[in-house]
Amino acid sequence: MESYKADVVIVGGGGAGLRAAIAVAEADPALRIALISKVYPMRSHTVAAEGGSAGVKLPTDSLEYHFNDTVGGGDWLCEQDVVEYFVAHCNEELTQLEHWGCPWSRTPDGHVNVRAFGGMKIERTWFAADKTGFHMLHTLFQTSIKYPSIKRFDEHFCVDLVVEGGRVQGVVTIEIGSGEMALVEGKSVVIATGGAGRVFRENTNGGIVTGDGMALAYRHGVPLRDMEFVQYHPTCMPGTGLLFTEACRGEGGFLVNKDGYRYLQDYGLGPAEPSPRNKAMELGPRDRLSQAFWYEQQKGRTIEGQHGSVVHLDLRHLGEAKLRERLPQIYELAERFLGVDPARAPIPVRPAVHYTMGGIMVDGLCASPLPGLYAAGECSSVGIHGANRLGSNSLSELCVFGKVAGEEAARFAKAAAPGNSASLLKQAQAVEQRLVGLKTKTGGSERIATLRKEMAQTMEDGCGIYRLAETMQQTCNKLDELKERFKDVNVEDKASVWNTEWLLAIELEYQLDVAQTMAYSALNRRESRGAHQRLDGFEKRDDENFLKHSQAHYVAGSAPRIDYGAVKITKSQPGTRAYGAAGEKAEQERKASNV
Amino acid sequence: MSENQRIIEIEVLRYNPETDKEPSRQVFEVPFTDDMSVLQGVQYIKDYLDGSLSFRWSCRMAICGSCGMMINGEPSLSCETFLRDYYPARVRVEALAHFPIEKDLVINMEGFIEKLESIQPYIIPKEERTLAQGEYLQTPAQLASYEQFSSCINCMLCYAACPQFGLNAEFIGPAAMALLHRYNIDSRDAGKAERMELVNSEEGVFNCTAVGYCSEVCPKHVDPANAVNQNKTNSAADYFLRFLTPKGGAK
Repeated sequence: MESYKADVVIVGGGGAGLRAAIAVAEADPALRIALISKVYPMRSHTVAAEGGSAGVKLPTDSLEYHFNDTVGGGDWLCEQDVVEYFVAHCNEELTQLEHWGCPWSRTPDGHVNVRAFGGMKIERTWFAADKTGFHMLHTLFQTSIKYPSIKRFDEHFCVDLVVEGGRVQGVVTIEIGSGEMALVEGKSVVIATGGAGRVFRENTNGGIVTGDGMALAYRHGVPLRDMEFVQYHPTCMPGTGLLFTEACRGEGGFLVNKDGYRYLQDYGLGPAEPSPRNKAMELGPRDRLSQAFWYEQQKGRTIEGQHGSVVHLDLRHLGEAKLRERLPQIYELAERFLGVDPARAPIPVRPAVHYTMGGIMVDGLCASPLPGLYAAGECSSVGIHGANRLGSNSLSELCVFGKVAGEEAARFAKAAAPGNSASLLKQAQAVEQRLVGLKTKTGGSERIATLRKEMAQTMEDGCGIYRLAETMQQTCNKLDELKERFKDVNVEDKASVWNTEWLLAIELEYQLDVAQTMAYSALNRRESRGAHQRLDGFEKRDDENFLKHSQAHYVAGSAPRIDYGAVKITKSQPGTRAYGAAGEKAEQERKASNV
Repeated sequence: MSENQRIIEIEVLRYNPETDKEPSRQVFEVPFTDDMSVLQGVQYIKDYLDGSLSFRWSCRMAICGSCGMMINGEPSLSCETFLRDYYPARVRVEALAHFPIEKDLVINMEGFIEKLESIQPYIIPKEERTLAQGEYLQTPAQLASYEQFSSCINCMLCYAACPQFGLNAEFIGPAAMALLHRYNIDSRDAGKAERMELVNSEEGVFNCTAVGYCSEVCPKHVDPANAVNQNKTNSAADYFLRFLTPKGGAK
């Protein structure tokens, strides 16, 4: 078995991983960086982010507004000191990307332009047409090429962490092209592997978004925090779940039901004005909009389509020229995948799973409880999203906390003593034996695709937009059953080269672990907050008992153990989450009572 | 799957380097609905008919650039090519042309990555600027001049379309040349002189015979042929300028 020595190992080559790698390289060019990614970095799912990235820019905006939008949007389950750090560093990081060449859309005088987004008081979303994630990712990837200390392990799949002496000291990988396994030693490890949306049936995510890093950290005793909070994005393509960005509404799009009625005004988001006001109607937060869809469906006011109920995203009044300029990708997706010309007909949409608010528990410096292990981006729970992420905050998070994770991992690596290579290698060989066993064993009777499909269906059934104890319990039971059946999984392909079936089996095992943390954390949270909404007697937020982070702990051979941790409140006491006219009134009252 | 389901034949070029001397064809019968992409057809094969079939894919929405294949002989993104457009005939999928096959539909793209790295695909600033100074000013017109060339998703369909790359794998090729051009004409950049050495080299623009098929197959309207041709002009201008100016025409 080959082994490589690095100082800092970064797992994941998306926005957060690349930003972390650059931060390490800039912190100390002598540090050897191993950047491990199961795909070539520019394939990472950051590429699919469309609408934009938040950073206070206009003179009418303020860090306080960004803070309030984020904390209120998260239903007060945010780490407020971390949010404060975050909002103070977004602009700087997005400017850094500008210096590195990101083609941000501009105002006529050449400054970076910003657009409106959901749940946002003042426009602060930096955008590159509607391909913001694509441009950020390619800018970061191409810029990373400048740094000779970043050694990339492209198409290397991370299968385990190596922990010794109470700290992480490397990872085990499979080189996908050869099937060869290797040990990559590192004095610190940054996990930046993205979310886990593929555990659900209808989702906006790429096939690679399988919760790998979350499961790895979890199996090594790091809690997964707030995993019950899974974001449904309100405007997705029926069937495939592909995303129509919130920027469609930021640019002025409407959501209408089967009667052509802007139904959001019936859900405390009005008044309905000709162009949506910030934090009202179509520019409300994602959780509220997806919930409103669910109610419309119950009332029989949605439209029946081939892939379930839909409502209409109506962009016609924006005109073809503006759509081509601001939303070119959306235009092509609608035309190509649905045969709809959005300048001439409304786009059928329904909610789909989009984002994992929870993740690997880390502090404000991206450090997990396992010494040497850091996490950044969607795989992490650094504490800025709470119970519902604000649109545009995730791309900024990649940069702000990717950088922090890189710098902290660099600092840790410089202070850490070298490991015992022989015993680390021994551990890695044991991992190899276990995983090669999964591939070479014969006689299994369970098909990977069948298990995966049943998992995704039960997650949708039990952990959807609205939740009930009974169905959540069924989901927990089903996941227990699937984990049992996984032991009998069959990998048909015995080849070494490009054996993606083997990888799918390993990913499925990651997914089952992560799905369990979501379902059990959801069942245990007996209240409604943000994206976790119940209809079985726990319809209200319960700050007395549940203004707490859930923490799911791995228990070998059993369901996760759930306990709770405190939420850091600094300057914003939990209040009523209100939007539209009601929100404006509530804010005035808050201001008046503070005077 | 609904009652609208029909069956289409998908013929796949298979190759396993561990057991096969050469690639061979295998036909699968795949149930499909009108909204299913070729990618979804291939996924069906892997999930339910033959787990050993290998191919790259991820985003499903034509932005990650992973799933390029030859579909009935044309370089295409399989996620945005639809089975209904081939039915009732058989549809044929093969690995992208002009690249070595690693397994089945997976090509070796290391050569492409090396080219991408070789062109210095990052801003070499005209004037250093601190973060506190804020962004560089760039007008919408300046942005528009390079924006299309920055839209390349590295799917490599243009290489599979390029007859010159087929003859000479060293040719820098359309996508890398478009990216080079993207940085050269960015108002923030001053690295053109360094990059032009590559443009003028043996692997550079003059390999191109202006077939233009690269731009035809580009799923993102990058128009790499245009970038290559603009650089032929630049390259020729450089050639003559070097006799006249002290820095060899570098600006």
